Amino acid sequence: MKTPSKSQLLLAQRFSERFSERFSERLGIGQNKSMQRRVFLKLSGVGGLALGWACASDKPAPAGAEPPAMMNPDELPEPEGEVPVEPEPEVEVTQYDVSAYVRIGSDESVTLYNSQSDMGQGVLTSLSMLIAEELDVDWEKVRAEHPIASQEKYGNQFTAGSNSVSGAFMALRQTGAAARQMLIAAAAQRWDVPAAACRTELGVVFHDASERSATYGELAELAGTLNPPQNPTLKSQSDFRIIGTPRHQINARQKADGTAQYSIDVKVEGMLVGVVARSPALGGSVVSFDDTAARLVPGVQDVVQIPSGMAVLADHYWNALKGRDALQVEWTAGPNAQLSTASLRTDMMGQMDQGMNNVNQGDPEQVIADAAVDRRLDSIYELPYPAHAPMEPLNAVADVRADSVEIWAGTQGPTAVVNDAAEATGIARDRVTLHVPLLGGGFGRRATNDYVMDAVHASRLAGRPVKIIHTREDDMRSGFYRPMNSNRIQGALDADGWPNAWIHNIVVQGIFGAFFAVEGSATNFPYAMPDRRVTWRDPGVDIPVFTWRSVGASHNAFVVESFLDELAALGGKDPLDVRLRLLEQSANPNAARQAVALQNVAERSGWRTAASEGRARGIAVHQTFGTIVAEVAEVSVEAGQVRVHRVWATVDCGRAVNPRGIEAQAEGGIIYGLTAALYGQIDLEAGRPVQGNFDTYRLLRMNESPEIDVAIIESGANITGMGEPAVPPIAPAVCNAIFALTGQRIRRLPIQIEV
Amino acid sequence: MPVYQINVNGQPREVDAPAEMPLLWVLRDLLNLTGTKYGCGIGQCRACTVHVNGTTAYACQMPVSSVGSSPVVTIEGLAPEQKEPLVAAWEEEDVPQCGYCQPGQIMSAAALIARTPRPTDADIDTAMSPNLCRCGTYNRIRRAIHRAAEGV
Repeated sequence: MKTPSKSQLLLAQRFSERFSERFSERLGIGQNKSMQRRVFLKLSGVGGLALGWACASDKPAPAGAEPPAMMNPDELPEPEGEVPVEPEPEVEVTQYDVSAYVRIGSDESVTLYNSQSDMGQGVLTSLSMLIAEELDVDWEKVRAEHPIASQEKYGNQFTAGSNSVSGAFMALRQTGAAARQMLIAAAAQRWDVPAAACRTELGVVFHDASERSATYGELAELAGTLNPPQNPTLKSQSDFRIIGTPRHQINARQKADGTAQYSIDVKVEGMLVGVVARSPALGGSVVSFDDTAARLVPGVQDVVQIPSGMAVLADHYWNALKGRDALQVEWTAGPNAQLSTASLRTDMMGQMDQGMNNVNQGDPEQVIADAAVDRRLDSIYELPYPAHAPMEPLNAVADVRADSVEIWAGTQGPTAVVNDAAEATGIARDRVTLHVPLLGGGFGRRATNDYVMDAVHASRLAGRPVKIIHTREDDMRSGFYRPMNSNRIQGALDADGWPNAWIHNIVVQGIFGAFFAVEGSATNFPYAMPDRRVTWRDPGVDIPVFTWRSVGASHNAFVVESFLDELAALGGKDPLDVRLRLLEQSANPNAARQAVALQNVAERSGWRTAASEGRARGIAVHQTFGTIVAEVAEVSVEAGQVRVHRVWATVDCGRAVNPRGIEAQAEGGIIYGLTAALYGQIDLEAGRPVQGNFDTYRLLRMNESPEIDVAIIESGANITGMGEPAVPPIAPAVCNAIFALTGQRIRRLPIQIEV
Repeated sequence: MPVYQINVNGQPREVDAPAEMPLLWVLRDLLNLTGTKYGCGIGQCRACTVHVNGTTAYACQMPVSSVGSSPVVTIEGLAPEQKEPLVAAWEEEDVPQCGYCQPGQIMSAAALIARTPRPTDADIDTAMSPNLCRCGTYNRIRRAIHRAAEGV
């Protein structure tokens, strides 16, 4: 098996740190002991236990945490006459850092710094709600930003695994509560009264006995000099005024009116803009190049060789692109020159029986062999490499100086960016300043650093600030896809037609070893299945793969939930009844929650009633990163075209911090998963990704979008995240509906209907 | 390089650019109007939607040499009476997730409402389906357009 690269190990460490606390809980699901030991040791071995959140007792931020010095991008002349301009009040506003997370202005503005990256999943809003609740401020006055990256202040910054809210639920409330107590302490000191005699309400500290009050803005400077309390008192959850209430997204206005800043919008003094010529085959490298013609293109300033290829740097993007067109590069064929989609399918099928056991209970071979021929099934499921395709193509800005580095990058992994930039430049970590603007989509693609390091290397070599932009084709063909995978799955029914045995062989490139390869089949398998085996084999290919929204769950849930549907049909059972029965008999501690979610979504979708003429419904459920989502899809098929008319989703993430955000993420996850089910495929030819832009890599459009109806169950279980868990159930729900309608079983994605 | 006189957001602007340079990059890199977004460069995603002569145009597909004296309006210059109801509706319906495509969506929506003040769902689907949103905010965009149209 391929040795993981250094950056993969770093990321693995971050994952393991975030997951280790909950991992033992995740392992409580019917697996053999050796699997438990092996995976746990592997994960704890690289990371050890660490809390990804800095504790509330952090010292206040030093004055360095100022907004980045950027050129004003807005040279727009004032529109004439018609704009009602409100006069700017002539008041000087001073900002005070009460802590690394809380900045309060003399104008009573409240700015909260969220160390988790908002890529559209809404953590700037939901995490701010946690702080604001305990800080006791008017939500309407709250602004939120990503801080300058700092491991010292914020711990290991890495946004993945839908764990922002779950990881922060206590820690950020403590942060807010600590800041509030410091503001109270400041008032108490100023008035020479006991802190216990003071109270707060919406940004004001009161001492009722003396009828005195002071605003947070008046107290912030003094509060910032005080020692934070070690164990701040938290509100009783019954007193929440913000958490659990539906709130609009912070920054929605700026995103809509075009003033929101993404890293692609950043411009710094003296900056060059570059594009990188990369090997057409994944893994190839430069043999030789001739940049004579490229350097003659007007505007081209430099051509530098960086680890990922040749960077052509110009005064602006278009000239850089023209320069790249003129650049002559000879590439090695690379390690993947023999690989194509067809060869990979054959190769993966050939390794199907070579997997290692990840679950091995009972004797499924025997049970299946003993079953009557019409009581057993043996199916092959295949899924392709889909690309993340965030709307903002990958890009970053870097300014590498002799003794400092400054970077602007929309990244899910700020800590890794700082570390990698320090290593690449030989400049100390504390001299690396990373600004994290808003992310124009992430979906796991911005969890790697390749595109940021392009800018760092190019700036280092050019001696100028550089913005590197991936063209859409560069973005689409740069790898780090969800891994292509092949699955053989066999099952049997008991004498009454209920599924009772199951063997799932998975061939897929590992991401952090088995962790994601078997996620959703070996782990988080909710059903009672006494005789069951799950094996995993890494096909040993060198295609770069990484976290694609919901990671392993997105392919394994498709296989598991589709095959269960196959067994239900074979036994003549309703697919919902089969699920409910196997959940009822299950020892999985979350099985009952899945049953409740299924019943809820079934009731709302009219599962027990017939769909209208020409339509049918399919159902699926999955638990991803702790959150349970059950979905019903209603489809029709005309002339080989699938149309998904409606989707009902029921979400149980324990408790809802921001119900509006959860609904939006359920909708977005469904569209993301549906897009992949219908269209998402990157083919390889001679190691080269084929699809490069939205003409060949289609995304769902408005006129193809189903109505989506989301319900949230407040089960009171541990709070879990919502960025990813709506993705996995949609592909099987849709394909199960296609089967119900047409009798055609879809076992390979993207969906192709045989007419 | 040739110098072009173009009219952007009601202002005459002089730009020094190769003839085939798309208006998108003229706006973003030369005029610092970054609300117009790059998404695909081939007219497939419409994140670069602007108004030229009052109708939608795709800035990534329009060479600067073809702009001439036609008035160009970007999200920055969209008239407040067109922009504000849409932006407010976008906030109210929680449309943006990552937000990157949304200025282009707003520009398409503004052009739709300008020619069809009370659009039906079908009108909206026809006008808005060219604009991609990877976060999948389509249903909310549809609702927000209705909300903005009713408030106008």
